[in-house]
Amino acid sequence: MVRYHITIIVAALLLLGLAGSASAWQWHGFVDGRSGMRLHEDNGAGEQRRSILNELRAQVDLSHNADWGVWQIRSDVILDEAAGQRNADLESGHGVIDLREANVLFLPHDLVDVKLGRQILTWGTGDLLFINDMFPKDWQSFFIGRDEEYLKAPSDAVFISLFPDFASIDVVYNPRFDADRYISGERISYWNPLLNRHAGRDDELRVDRRSRWFRDDEISLRIYRDVAGYELAFYGYDGFWKSPVGYDPVSARQTFPALRVLGASIRGNAGSGLFNLEAGYYDSRCDRDGDDPLIPNSEYRLLVGYEQELMRNLSAALQYYLEYMDDYSYYQRTLPVGSVEKDRARHVLTLRLSRQAFNQNLLLSLFTYWSPSDHDGYLRPSLKYKASDALSIYVGANLFFGQRSDTFFGQFEDNNNLYVGIRYSL
Amino acid sequence: MKILLKMTIMLCIIGLGAFSAIAQELSADEVIERANQASYYAGQDGQADVKMTITSKGGITREREFSLLRLSETGGNQKFYTYFKAPADVYKMAYLVWKNIGDNDDRWLWLPALNLKKRIAPGDKRTSFVGSDFVYEDVSGRSPQADIHRLVEQTQSYYLIENTPKDPSSVEFSRYTVRIDALTFLPLIAEYYDRSGQLYRRVEALQVKEIQGFPTVMVARASDLVSGSVTRNEFTNVRYNIGLKAKIFTERFLRRPPREVTR
Repeated sequence: MVRYHITIIVAALLLLGLAGSASAWQWHGFVDGRSGMRLHEDNGAGEQRRSILNELRAQVDLSHNADWGVWQIRSDVILDEAAGQRNADLESGHGVIDLREANVLFLPHDLVDVKLGRQILTWGTGDLLFINDMFPKDWQSFFIGRDEEYLKAPSDAVFISLFPDFASIDVVYNPRFDADRYISGERISYWNPLLNRHAGRDDELRVDRRSRWFRDDEISLRIYRDVAGYELAFYGYDGFWKSPVGYDPVSARQTFPALRVLGASIRGNAGSGLFNLEAGYYDSRCDRDGDDPLIPNSEYRLLVGYEQELMRNLSAALQYYLEYMDDYSYYQRTLPVGSVEKDRARHVLTLRLSRQAFNQNLLLSLFTYWSPSDHDGYLRPSLKYKASDALSIYVGANLFFGQRSDTFFGQFEDNNNLYVGIRYSL
Repeated sequence: MKILLKMTIMLCIIGLGAFSAIAQELSADEVIERANQASYYAGQDGQADVKMTITSKGGITREREFSLLRLSETGGNQKFYTYFKAPADVYKMAYLVWKNIGDNDDRWLWLPALNLKKRIAPGDKRTSFVGSDFVYEDVSGRSPQADIHRLVEQTQSYYLIENTPKDPSSVEFSRYTVRIDALTFLPLIAEYYDRSGQLYRRVEALQVKEIQGFPTVMVARASDLVSGSVTRNEFTNVRYNIGLKAKIFTERFLRRPPREVTR
């Protein structure tokens, strides 16, 4: 049970803190019931179930503020009839418990904050597009209709923030690799290039999970400051591709190849709106020449966004996103015969329209991804109605379309789904 | 006899003081500027806990509770930190505003479930604040330069000023009048008229109390006369000049809310 060490240590510390000053603890939470159905049968990849989500989730959020720091524990208890795997696994979020946070934030020095334990980490400027945010994402939750916050999966990490005068510096160390909760076929069928067909819940992925402590570790860095109202940031990451995009023919397993990322971003007001620009270089360290067909090439990534309020309670946000492969000629030359050749550049445009009505109790949102190079896209319409301070109702859909079955969004076309949810917060 | 004399002198001084305040020939612009100072710039910094109750025409109520920190900087620029405690679905969210005079405000929302500091695009300041009958401008102040001010009436106890927007297309009102207390310069009643000249909105100070020498609105009410919705704000734990530092109004203290708001 080595994998739970950090969690257990933090839980023990939490209990000590609890015993010390039980009265100052605050708790909140919610109960959330959600159900999602495929719009049509998915027979392409074995027999995928029609119901894609059928869960009852309760979250408890405990926190304690003291002068010297903050304790935080936040966990979900889930009963999900549609889950494919029931064995408890805090890493993949499978099972009855999804521990979202269990950490302590303390202040060893006036200019230093440290947060230790399980935590949700986010940075970067994109809206549902990520370049320098290499923290784990839960794509499955994102595609089946869970609340948007579940796109972020927890990390077991040490987060150190330094605040010298010239900038703020964040360093995150994950002693053991935190992969994305990637699409594995469990609920969402996907295009598997190794099988050369769609894979579903019966196609077990053989994945080398990279679970060695302090050897399969990750480090992330951000240096940021405000320059005349513009937020400027530089990023670095040393770790691994977050999904198993590599393949090791010897062990016949999919792998997380080594990856370094360097990037920068700027964000600020422009005219009557808000703009952001972010770029990064993905240095695929095990395939620097780009001639290994089993490991992704290095690539450049770029993101430009602009958001503006069109009228009161209606806003629009537009983003352009680019992935541009390095050493493309080597990629072409070494690509195995019969494989589908990827384009050098993948272009994606996104548009978010958000509307608030009835005293901001009704929130309508439409987020659209569209790739003119892959000829595919993804629509996320959603509605949230706050019936009272405690009760919210959700309706939404995840709609994929594409000309080909092997492109990023096109591969999910058989997983179009509609969901409804209700949440009681207390 | 001596006591009587003293009392007479004191009464004269008080009377003179009150008289001099009234007798000052203040222009409409000066009154509005003083009202702006009294409402939004009391002390170098300040804090308050706010309980907001929104009551719809049908009697359904929604409640918000938040703590507010405010710091005045040079040139009228200010920083605001709003930390939400209720309702439960916004618990621990924080809203950070850097108010820039003559430019768009910089605004961020802290989303605790994502540990994310989300920048918010500049918005219409006449938008409802957290779904209440108050608008953003009621919270952070409307620029005195945005309107043309005319003194309509002046009495011993108040000034009545009529305000006409310089850019009518940017706001939902055609004009508004505001009654300003002649002693404290706090706006007591503001009434907004739509383009057809109909009164449709009222904002009132229901209770004023002096705290550390600063006259302070302790209960305020905004009424939407068309929808029938009413929002009441009650302020408690108001304190001024508590020595807030500018660094409180940064990402560091969104991640780790300062004790001034978590108490």
